[in-house]
Amino acid sequence: MEHMPTRFTTERSARIGALISDLYDHLPEIEADRAELVAESYKATESLPIIRRRSAVFAHILKNLPVTIRRGELIVGSNAKTPRGCPTFPEYSWEWLEPEFDTIATREADPFYISEETKARLRAVHPYFKGKTTNELATALMDEATYDVFMNHGIFTVGNYFYNGVGHICVDYGKVIAIGYEGIKKEAEALLADVKTGDGDYMRRYHFLTAVIECCDAVRIFAERYAQEADRLAVSESDPLRREELKEIAAACRQVPYRGARSFREACQAFWFVQLLMQTESSGHSISPGRFDQYMYPYYKRDLDAGKITYEEAQELIDCIWVKLNDLNKVRDAASADGFAGYGLFQNLIVGGQDAHGMDATNDLSYMCIEASIHVRLPQPSLSIRVWNGSPQELLMKAAYLTRLGDGVPAYYNDEVIIPSIMARGLTLEEARDYCIIGCVEPQAPHTTDGWHDAAFFNMCRPMELVFSNGMDKGEQIGPRTGELPSFDTFDKFFDAYKKQEAFFIEMMVNADNAVDAAHAARCPLPFESCMVDGCMAKGLAVEEGGAKHNFTGPQGFGIANMTDALLAIRELVYEKKLLTLCEYKEAMEANFGKGYKGKAAEKITVDIAKTMEKVGVTVDEATVAAIYRTVTTGEHIPAEKRARYAEIYDMIAAVQKYGNDIPDADLFAREVAYTYTKEVEKYKNPRGGQFQAGLYPVSANVPLGAQTGATPDGRLAFTPIADGVGPVSGRDVSGPTATANSVAKLDHGIASNGTLFNQKFHPAALAGTEGLLKFVSLIRGFFDQKGMHMQFNVVNRETLLDAQANPDNYRNLVVRVAGYSALFTTLSRSLQDDIIARTEQGF
Amino acid sequence: MTEYYQNDAAVRGRIFDIQRYSVHDGPGIRTIVFLKGCMFRCLWCCNPEGQLYEPVTLASMHGKPERLAGTDVSAGEVMETVLKDSVYYGRSGGGLTLSGGEALLQPDFALALFRLAHAHGMTTAIETTGYAEHDVLDKVLPHIDYVLMDIKHMDAEKHKRFIGKDNQKVLSNAPYIAARAKSYTVRVPVIPTFNDTDAEIAAIARFAASMRETRAIHLLPYHRLGSDKYTALGRDYGMGSLPLIPDEKMRRLLAVAQEASGIHCQIGG
Repeated sequence: MEHMPTRFTTERSARIGALISDLYDHLPEIEADRAELVAESYKATESLPIIRRRSAVFAHILKNLPVTIRRGELIVGSNAKTPRGCPTFPEYSWEWLEPEFDTIATREADPFYISEETKARLRAVHPYFKGKTTNELATALMDEATYDVFMNHGIFTVGNYFYNGVGHICVDYGKVIAIGYEGIKKEAEALLADVKTGDGDYMRRYHFLTAVIECCDAVRIFAERYAQEADRLAVSESDPLRREELKEIAAACRQVPYRGARSFREACQAFWFVQLLMQTESSGHSISPGRFDQYMYPYYKRDLDAGKITYEEAQELIDCIWVKLNDLNKVRDAASADGFAGYGLFQNLIVGGQDAHGMDATNDLSYMCIEASIHVRLPQPSLSIRVWNGSPQELLMKAAYLTRLGDGVPAYYNDEVIIPSIMARGLTLEEARDYCIIGCVEPQAPHTTDGWHDAAFFNMCRPMELVFSNGMDKGEQIGPRTGELPSFDTFDKFFDAYKKQEAFFIEMMVNADNAVDAAHAARCPLPFESCMVDGCMAKGLAVEEGGAKHNFTGPQGFGIANMTDALLAIRELVYEKKLLTLCEYKEAMEANFGKGYKGKAAEKITVDIAKTMEKVGVTVDEATVAAIYRTVTTGEHIPAEKRARYAEIYDMIAAVQKYGNDIPDADLFAREVAYTYTKEVEKYKNPRGGQFQAGLYPVSANVPLGAQTGATPDGRLAFTPIADGVGPVSGRDVSGPTATANSVAKLDHGIASNGTLFNQKFHPAALAGTEGLLKFVSLIRGFFDQKGMHMQFNVVNRETLLDAQANPDNYRNLVVRVAGYSALFTTLSRSLQDDIIARTEQGF
Repeated sequence: MTEYYQNDAAVRGRIFDIQRYSVHDGPGIRTIVFLKGCMFRCLWCCNPEGQLYEPVTLASMHGKPERLAGTDVSAGEVMETVLKDSVYYGRSGGGLTLSGGEALLQPDFALALFRLAHAHGMTTAIETTGYAEHDVLDKVLPHIDYVLMDIKHMDAEKHKRFIGKDNQKVLSNAPYIAARAKSYTVRVPVIPTFNDTDAEIAAIARFAASMRETRAIHLLPYHRLGSDKYTALGRDYGMGSLPLIPDEKMRRLLAVAQEASGIHCQIGG
């Protein structure tokens, strides 16, 4: 494939390759230093207000955490000694970690090495935190029934912030780079001068501002420790070039981030310290750099114009930052690791789009950020592109080139939907035009907003199961009694029952979110983060306490496609054609349509049955287990005539029209189904005085939560994944990418102001050559013309196609196109599939 | 104008497929409508269900249900589907492509579709063998923005052996069409044992370039993706199990075509 002929195309420097191979040399390791420092500081500050304890902890860590400069680095600063290593955050939660000590290195999702020494050190500090974590306070604050449903029934999860910090913010990087923490400290001091001892809010403001000042001073010390480390290394360095680099590093760390940056190089180092220290203060992920191309540009431009830096040098510095973003890491509990698989910290960095005044903001750095992702080919940052009618085609072409490489980046966002969408939530036009993306897909106005995005995952399939069970789950009445199935004599009554079940559990999810929210305010307010967010210093409140100018809570619903297809099938088969009753439907679903179970679910059911048999005194040997397993996987224990009827029902469901094929009736119904979630969520308020706003995306929670969900009326088999984002159920959209995009565009994306996610899979042949890229850009623009919000692409590679051969069910919608011919990959014979696989690398 | 439009919408024809998001057959994002019936019987044809004008049944295969190829529809009905992607045509300069079969065997239907497409502001293209009478060409060509015409072989005998008819009409029509088309591109399906030698490709390229209106030559590498359909139709696949043309060879043939023609040549459409 041809390389993009743009003036922003450069060769990757040898340094970057070496940094990457060092970074991925070992399994990432858990380190104990931070946890010990937190315990030491907490023990010494028990009498202080919480905000002061948090600044004391921050300062104590920054004075004592080992400083590490890795081989060949130009941009320095790490919160672990080992590459991709990570500290732990016992002040949030720790109880899950010890039981996982011995399995964490071998688990499937995100394994970590942990030494015996580290285990011992962590075991020594953990008891201090008993009863003191945000996790435990959140549990105490939560309604009891809500807690039970959250922990035991797989309808929603607020697990992310229940166990971890919140993150999910874009702070004012530009301000730190410009005036440094010295400047912020001066602002705090000026505000402090106005605080009168007789003021009613004296306590709050005095202690908050004092905490900010303590944080600013700590950063100066931390950077100075890095300067000294660079000096020390320079002395023993034999390579004169590297010695010079180390001297430059020392000089940069003596200037930034305490003082303002004087060059692009210093701006890069200042940026990195902000990013690193945010991730040291709390364990929240999705701490997002936002509009890096905007706030870094003045430094780049000044140096470039003055002849102080070349494109290549600037590019290498950006590449170094890209590598560093992959050095940060976080250890999650096993269940959460499944939901966020891939060591993701979701550091979203966005380029392009409009400036606050509505002019196109694309600049050299927008292109160079894309080039950096082409150079490093690593998971971080989550690179995003803002698209509007005035976006230069050249920017989108370069972005499309990156898409074609098949790493799943960048994601594309539509200014024309997002700007009005967040304005409708109370942001000014200027703020809205300056939006960035947090984490996966969540729009936010940078440094003004505590969005509490990713607040929860809500599985829209489970309320459907509860309609069929009249609110019962696992033998407990957990939901409202919406009625026995025969009482639903019209489709509207059935749909109303679904809405009632869903609304009931949405309220529970709100309760759970708000309990966790209040726990963070009480136990882990973050003074360092807060000094970089508008509103906090003036109010004397941390972000967690409601200090930000704008406050939201954004929980995500997923399963729209399954529920749309389910309700369409019920409407047609039960109410219009009267081909079966709801009771029969229920029976078929309980029998998993007679299909048996697959994979882990089959293993679990087999073990459960074997255990029950042993309990009642039956001897279970290997042969028995094998027999049970066979029955479980084939469903052969079900009488033949029943199985035949279930198969018939399954086929009837398959024949009903499906969301995702550009069928207006089905698509407009999907819009209604999405509203059952989005309009219900936005009724609620959070403890920070902000509104709830819905998102429609699952990260990867559709897989683990799908594994807890029985068969659904759309013909989805029990314990299999639920549909991803706002896209159709995988494999049910068989009319090509434009048809699917048209369907998705018919949802109301604007109301889902916490973000929507639309994934498409492509064979690289569709993007071949410059013409292929142009057509691909037209597809994005066409989807966005119809008010789509987000679009992201998996360009399949050889491995994916081999997987599709092995697991055709997951790839029913994969279209392959070669000149004059197009086919669904899974409908081709094996030898033709092999032809296609052979062509994958050719690009024509 | 309204009457003109409604008359066109009512014209009926026979199609066997509509394929949206086609990106290899003409400029921009296109929708291809496959018209049924062809007078050629190319042994490698990847759409054998389109050869006969009569509807044919494809048996169920690899999870694809049995289906009937051949539906009588009005131009208006076809346009309902074609218009679903209007927004993408606007962004990309794409539009409607007629293919087949041989679309020119249903000239009134093709004409109606092209006129409707233009009325809706999209571009029009045809993939054709060029095998038609002059009066048909005179009627249809003014409504086609991009003509993509196959020239498969310069040798009449070999043409007849692999395709069922000799190349006389194709070769005599080529300059006539090129002179009247708004944009004329020559396409060559490169088929092993048929036309994949340097000499054969060079001969076609020289002929293509002899018409000064030819804008480009597209070499389309042989694929056997249609071979399953022969089984589904209960027919033998005429090309047996020929290997695909290796990458390096395609690149060499590209250089040969380039050298012989002196105009833009590319692999793929």
